[in-house]
Amino acid sequence: MASIDLLSFARAVSSGEVRVIDLTQTLAQEFPTIVLPPELGQCAPFRLEEVSRYDERGPAWYWNNISLGEHTGTHFDAPIHWITGKDLPNNAVDTIDVRKFIAPACVIDCSKECAANPDFALTIPFVELWEAQYGKIEAGSWVLLRTDWSKRTYPDYAGLRDDGAHTPGPEPAVVKWFVEQRDVHGFGTETIGTDFGQGHHFNPPYPAHFYMHGKGRFGLQCLTNLDLLPPKGAVIIAAPLKIKQGSGSPLRVLALVAGGAK
Amino acid sequence: MTEPLVRPKRKNPLRRTQQPLSPQGVRSRTAHGLTAAAAEGRFALQVCLDCNAVIYPPRDACPSCLSPRLPFRDVDRGGTLLAETTVQTSTDPYFRERTPWRVGTVKLDAGPVVVAHLHGDTIEGGRVRLEFKLDKSGSAVAIALPAKDTENMADDPHLREMTCDPKFRRVLITDGRNAVGQAMAKAFSDAGASIVFVGLADAWKPFPGLDALCKIERVEIVPLDVTDTESVTEQAEQNGARVDIIVNTAEHVRSGGVVDRHGLTVAREEMDIRYLGLLRLAQAFGPVLRSRGADGVNSAAAFVNLISVHALMNWPAYGSHSATEAACLSAAQCMRAELRPGGIKVLNVFFGPLETEWFQTVPPPKVAPAALASAVVRALKQGVEDAFVGDVAEDVRQRLAVNPKALEREMTG
Repeated sequence: MASIDLLSFARAVSSGEVRVIDLTQTLAQEFPTIVLPPELGQCAPFRLEEVSRYDERGPAWYWNNISLGEHTGTHFDAPIHWITGKDLPNNAVDTIDVRKFIAPACVIDCSKECAANPDFALTIPFVELWEAQYGKIEAGSWVLLRTDWSKRTYPDYAGLRDDGAHTPGPEPAVVKWFVEQRDVHGFGTETIGTDFGQGHHFNPPYPAHFYMHGKGRFGLQCLTNLDLLPPKGAVIIAAPLKIKQGSGSPLRVLALVAGGAK
Repeated sequence: MTEPLVRPKRKNPLRRTQQPLSPQGVRSRTAHGLTAAAAEGRFALQVCLDCNAVIYPPRDACPSCLSPRLPFRDVDRGGTLLAETTVQTSTDPYFRERTPWRVGTVKLDAGPVVVAHLHGDTIEGGRVRLEFKLDKSGSAVAIALPAKDTENMADDPHLREMTCDPKFRRVLITDGRNAVGQAMAKAFSDAGASIVFVGLADAWKPFPGLDALCKIERVEIVPLDVTDTESVTEQAEQNGARVDIIVNTAEHVRSGGVVDRHGLTVAREEMDIRYLGLLRLAQAFGPVLRSRGADGVNSAAAFVNLISVHALMNWPAYGSHSATEAACLSAAQCMRAELRPGGIKVLNVFFGPLETEWFQTVPPPKVAPAALASAVVRALKQGVEDAFVGDVAEDVRQRLAVNPKALEREMTG
């Protein structure tokens, strides 16, 4: 096998021949964080305290202390996050094989279907239609669900009503199928979680967490700019922070797309 | 009848803002017995345990029998205005810019004669009620009020110097998401506040009561999250100079003790929302409040802390929460010292369990949010700085005064 010329690759990135697309939301205080019933433990939102800003607290430098949860903002879910993945080997962000942080992506566009229906649920037939058009999902690929949810206002983005969140996501059968029939790398969404907003009423509840993490697969959520990706061919760089026994991590998610400036 | 206060005209931005001044505020340790009474709106004088003489001004020995046993006791506040005079000028900078100022001598039914500030509706020879109030220096002064309430009497300029009446003032309720915040908005609107800013965090999270809140007259919803330094700072930058009274309604009530709880996540939330939230508000709004203590009819007047009475004695069923409240109480004491140069009162309102969802399993008596809100407005109108609302708060206060150790044991029962 001919050796891969990484220098050419670096030049292609630099020249724009390979585009680098940022799939990350800015870590900001006001960005919605997942909400659980108030008597349960809560994920901390992003907070920032100035340590000094060229002032009496530090005359020549500016820096902040930040606080946040492992599942705040654009973040990665490790298998240990869910009870189904708790006993898997190398299931935490610090022990996952680093090769797994770079993988290709299939982007399933259901933005039209979601536009007027926040309760859009991804099904196997829908994905089969997608495959008929773009080809089979290759093993080891991220499946990213494009909903254009990242373009919504925060109230619509969170979609909270008196019966819980209304945001699109996958049905249990399709998640199981992704894992067992397509051997996917993980599942990524633009919404606050990888699961359907009303996913706690599914059997099993929260199927994206249940099946993906139960089989050692990963999650990405609060992604943005998925509309800039091709259905196939993008390579995702998603390396979480190396948190000791971390269940997940906020991270910068980048996509590499060949073919020059769009 | 007092001339009713008129809504202040919009300020001329070319005019210098009058800087706050304080009247002379030094008191002897003994005389702070009056400060203690004024802080709670009580009328107390020294009463000799040996000869029953009622004594004023405060002394260390009874003028009748020389006994040193002179505790402060609540006494009858009725009296007669013997004589009055009007001060036309003064060497004291505070009074110099507030003259003419009426003072007089009041013969109390309880015995002593007291030199007092006079409400405009008092008449020489007439019956009066004497009250101790905290002046801008935070010290107790006597003011004679008409024996019976008169029309617009709260608008009297001398009295208004000693109170924090919300009428025509602009109020910031820091959190409108909870029942207390919503009740507070209604109470301040009803009390004639000219604007009721109501802070709202995470506007993307719906909550019951939002529609009703928005319908309250003169309510303006503003983005404010006391856990976010940037949010608090931005709100202070936008509206800090337009806020005269702040009522911190941010709460985080969770049961559980210090041992009997699993992990620190909730404790951190408690401290972040309550204690650090208070610090964020204090740092962002405190300096501008302090600088506007003499800014006309709608001068900055007060910072209101709503504090669980279990700040004074831990209630183990809500033990970690009690500890957080104790931290808030300590910070409030510091704020008093820091805001006093501006004549800003820090009102601490203590209460027991509330009639809210987080005290669902606690049996009555509980304080309804509306009752708490009206108590806050009443306390501001009175000008007190410590108020105890409801049976539990009053009970804790009394038992604490008698035997703190007994109360500590009793709280576990």
